[in-house]
Amino acid sequence: MASPTPVLKDELDIVIPTIRNLDFLEMWRPFFQPYHLIIVQDGDPSKVIKVPKGFDYELYNRNDINRILGPKASCISFKDSACRCFGYMVSKKKYIFTIDDDCFVAKDPSGNDINALEQHIKNLLTPSTPFFFNTLYDPYREGTDFVRGYPFSLREGVPTAVSHGLWLNIPDYDAPTQLVKPRERNTRFVDAVLTIPKGTLFPMCGMNLAFDRELIGPAMYFGLMGDGQPIGRYDDMWAGWCMKVICDHLGLGVKTGLPYIWHSKASNPFVNLKKEYKGIYWQEELIPFFQAATLPKECTTVQSCYKELSKQVKAKLGKVDEYFIKLSDAMLTWIEAWDELNPSAPLPNGNAK
Amino acid sequence: MSTPCPPSLLSLAIDAALFNLHNISDLSFLPEHLLIDLFLRTLRAGKLTDRILRIFVATGKEEILSVIQALNIQFVLTPVLPTITIDSNEVDIVIAAFHSDLTSFMEEWRPIFSRFHLIIVEDPDLKEELKIPKGFDFDVYTKSDIDKLAGSSNAAMFSGYSCRYFGYLVSKRKYIISIDDDCSPAKDNNGDLVDIVTQHITNLRTPATPFFFNTLYDPYRKGADFVRGYPFGLRSGVTCVLSCGLWLNLADYDAPTQSLKPELRNSRYVDAVLTVPKNTLMPMSGINLAFDREMVGPALLPALKLAKEGKFRWETIEDIWCGLVVKAVCDHLDLGVKTGLPYVSRNERGSAIDSLKKEWEGVKLMEELVPFFQSLKLSPEAVTAESCVTEIAAAVKKGLGRSHTELANVADSMVAWLKIWKEVRSRV
Repeated sequence: MASPTPVLKDELDIVIPTIRNLDFLEMWRPFFQPYHLIIVQDGDPSKVIKVPKGFDYELYNRNDINRILGPKASCISFKDSACRCFGYMVSKKKYIFTIDDDCFVAKDPSGNDINALEQHIKNLLTPSTPFFFNTLYDPYREGTDFVRGYPFSLREGVPTAVSHGLWLNIPDYDAPTQLVKPRERNTRFVDAVLTIPKGTLFPMCGMNLAFDRELIGPAMYFGLMGDGQPIGRYDDMWAGWCMKVICDHLGLGVKTGLPYIWHSKASNPFVNLKKEYKGIYWQEELIPFFQAATLPKECTTVQSCYKELSKQVKAKLGKVDEYFIKLSDAMLTWIEAWDELNPSAPLPNGNAK
Repeated sequence: MSTPCPPSLLSLAIDAALFNLHNISDLSFLPEHLLIDLFLRTLRAGKLTDRILRIFVATGKEEILSVIQALNIQFVLTPVLPTITIDSNEVDIVIAAFHSDLTSFMEEWRPIFSRFHLIIVEDPDLKEELKIPKGFDFDVYTKSDIDKLAGSSNAAMFSGYSCRYFGYLVSKRKYIISIDDDCSPAKDNNGDLVDIVTQHITNLRTPATPFFFNTLYDPYRKGADFVRGYPFGLRSGVTCVLSCGLWLNLADYDAPTQSLKPELRNSRYVDAVLTVPKNTLMPMSGINLAFDREMVGPALLPALKLAKEGKFRWETIEDIWCGLVVKAVCDHLDLGVKTGLPYVSRNERGSAIDSLKKEWEGVKLMEELVPFFQSLKLSPEAVTAESCVTEIAAAVKKGLGRSHTELANVADSMVAWLKIWKEVRSRV
């Protein structure tokens, strides 16, 4: 009999970037109410964001970010949901769950509401298996196990740093795909969680994401996007690639699959195309860069890995566009700001007290 | 001249209903004679659409239904076109028979297998003649065929579970689908029988994407695509040469696991196909697989025979070995391997505890094999499956053969297999 999933209400913060309103929280109330929310308000700081009653939250707008970080605030994006990573930085909890304000509770094939947060917690509290692929997916799930041929020495797995959830209804397509298939909806409920193998990169979507802040927090920088930047909609991608390289280096796991949320809003594909345009070209260079990136074995903390990565970004990607020089500096600023707000000697794997 | 009668209130009401028919979804409240009247007016006005016809039919009123039948009004049927046409000349289905009476097995698979050619290889230890029901196009190979083709020195290579490799050897077709003889067709989440042939061939005919993980799994499936952030340069994928299916009910667990959890059955139907990423190894199960024989035939080979290999899957790892070899070949040649759908249903057979008492060796051996294959590097000169396998055999002899005698034999078997493979090819 499986023991109930711990609620972890004092160990988990929910980070939500928003620019309009937080009405969507009403639908999540049964699942989110026990938790502390960190709301990062993007856009005009003079606008008042109404938070539904009964939630315990702290809210930061641009003025707060500038005040808290001072000149280091330059690393936090403006007019882009990438600003959410500020929430990761100020949180004091072990786990973070982040969700977009157009994501609602989905239903499983039996018609029951999906408690996305509970599934993320399950994913994070059970090990990952990045060194050998299990054909029955996550072996720690109820009703399944390691298959024949799976070496016993690898069955303990490694700690899970990230849990990447998926979306029903509006799929997370890029602008060109959206333009070609405006009516496509993701209706397929794939009842699986799986570990992304070591050495394999993936496009990490920030819409429905949870991670262990103590294990991997400093690597979850969502880059420079939005106002004043040549690119948008690549914030989570950038964080995902950096994060995976570091997880692979430090022996941490990344899971993808369940839980599903219901993504309700399709953003305008023409607006998206303008934002993504440079990214679509740049990603052809970025992927080989990240695939080939290696970190020296002296890098044993997330921060040192990240700083090393930023050096490589500057050296190798600076030639692609000077944006990457700016980005690599911002990566360093982010680490400085992170360490300032989270003071304590980082132990290997970033296990801070 | 008489003036026409003004329309009655009732008539006007029915006309109003006709005018607003697009807003109406239920007509069951209408008395039958009015229903008929409305129906006839709908026909005269040319407003009978599929949706409106359904609403009339849904009232269940006899007179309406007989009017519809009398006028021979039918629903428009949209045919479900198959998205992929399988040329049965391209497919061989290879079954290793461990039971002489294959009647119930074949009957269960008849709806799915009947239009394909079957290669049935009888376990050389089986003494009885095979019983196969009528209506199938098949060839049977027995111990004597194996002895004749492979010669007495190599015949042992094709004993037990490995007899099916003989089927792969003699096949002349492009695709091979192979399942164990203790499997039945599974049912998907809609209750439909899973057609493993169509799914395996679909997997093999659509590209694989081993260089970058797509979070919506196989992007070539209907209703899915590449997600945001997937580089366009990688979207054409590579040829998929191996399709590994899964199992409901008795999953392919090893003996220790199944002994520890005797009640554990797999009831989760995961509706996904995904590419196993490059440089990621996996345990390939021989219970339900398909491959492109023309591209990787030489790499699916009988080589690793455990000392006490038996007649239950718990007592073998020949397929696991094969999978490590095939994956190494695919990673080197940039070919793809998919896993996931289709499912078969695996029937109860044997006792995990008995198998465990008998055979531990396989479990121990995996500890050596995985690190070996993870560090294996093939030379750039190896550009075919054969040359890759030759290099792997040499590496096995050098790297593992010294510490494990059974693995030195494996290397020799691999070389012998390639020789026979080449010979059979040259006769064609």
